[in-house]
Formats: sequence, C-alpha cells, structure tokens
Amino acid sequence: MKIVAVCGMGIGTSVLLKMNIEKVLVQLGLEATVEAVDMTTARSAGFEANIVMTTPDLVDKLQGLPAEIIEVEHFFDLEELQTKLTKSLL
Amino acid sequence: MTESLLSEAFAEGSIAIASLPSAESSLRVAGGLLEISGRTDAPYTDAVVAALHEFGPYFVVAPGIAIAHARPSESVFSVGLSLLVLREPIAFGNEANDPVRLVFGLCATDHDGHLGLMAELSNLLMDADRVNSLLNAGTVEDIRAILA
Repeated sequence: MKIVAVCGMGIGTSVLLKMNIEKVLVQLGLEATVEAVDMTTARSAGFEANIVMTTPDLVDKLQGLPAEIIEVEHFFDLEELQTKLTKSLL
Repeated sequence: MTESLLSEAFAEGSIAIASLPSAESSLRVAGGLLEISGRTDAPYTDAVVAALHEFGPYFVVAPGIAIAHARPSESVFSVGLSLLVLREPIAFGNEANDPVRLVFGLCATDHDGHLGLMAELSNLLMDADRVNSLLNAGTVEDIRAILA
C-alpha cells in the first residue's frame, strides 16, 4: 500500500499532510508507505500510488492519475483524515 | 516537548502583526519577513506569490492558517519560518478554511532537511490553545513567547 500526499511544491503542505497520515495509520494499526511529493512528480510518467491525498484546490490538476484521490480540507484534523482513510482502506 | 527547531526557525525580524488589503500582499509580507531575517532573497518571495496564481490557495491548510512557500532554490539560504498575524482576516479563496488570520512563510533548502521542523510546526498548529494565543497576541514579543 502506497499513499502519497501531493502539494504544489513538495516541501510544505504535503509534508504536513504526510506526517498526519502516518499518525492516523498508527492509530488504525495499518501499515503503508507514505510519501510527500510535488505536483510535477505526481503528474510525471511512472508515478504509482494506491491513494493520493491532496487539497480540494489541487484535485482537478490530478484527475486521471491511476490512484484513488482523497480530498483533505483540514490538515490538522486527525478525525477527518481517519474517517476518510478508514472509508478507503477498510 | 522542546521545540528548539521551531524557535530557531523564526530568525530576528521574522514575525509581524499587520493589516493588509489582499492575499497577495500578505504573501509578499510573509515572504519579505523571510528576506529581512536573512533566510531568502527577493526571487523566493516572487515564487511564493507565483504559486498562488499557479495552484490556487491550496496552502491554506486549516481554518485561518496559510503556509506560504515555494520550492527550494538558490534564493533560499537556510531553512526558515516567518509569521504574519493579520489584524483583519483575509479571504484567500479557500472555501473550507477562509478567512486567513495566520500566514506562515516557509523556506527550505531541500526536500528533507526540514522534516524535524515540520513536525514541530505540525504540533503547534494542532494545538488549538496555542493557535488561539497567536491569534490574540498583542505584540511580536507575545508571539515569540508562544513559539518558544
């Protein structure tokens, strides 16, 4: 299982999101690889992930990726992350 | 928990409280605070503003909180943070999290040298009491005390 957090630059928002996804995975007792990448990497050839998590503003730019896309509104709301990940993973 | 990386990231001159007219002007100030405090130069601030136009206000990551940043580049001298506390909230166009009250500027020299700092920033922003204290801080000294 590979989960990728995507943002425009790959150093700020996606890194925060990755950290909080990892916290939620621990809470759920699930194992997955979590990476933070920028938009360019996510859209490049050969990009692979099971789940892509990003903000509503960037979803349109990621349509067509071979992964399930989950929108996250509030990056520090672990309940939101947990609800959305649970729905997708379990 | 000690947050030494966080307090080091906010160099002298990196924090301000102001009223500004627009999202773009607040990004310019948050970027300018990184410049004034010696962490970046002007092209980095231009890149932060360009990111708003290219990707939209996706970096408004939580209610009232924006993390303004651009890619690592030769305009970044060292990892740093700035903080602009807005006296008047500004709508960035992020439906879920507008209006913005706290604009953090972030710069990094590469993709993984700042991960410890990001963990500390994440802890800060998850702490509703401290975020509330930042929103209500009267002076830069008050803000420093909250970030220490």
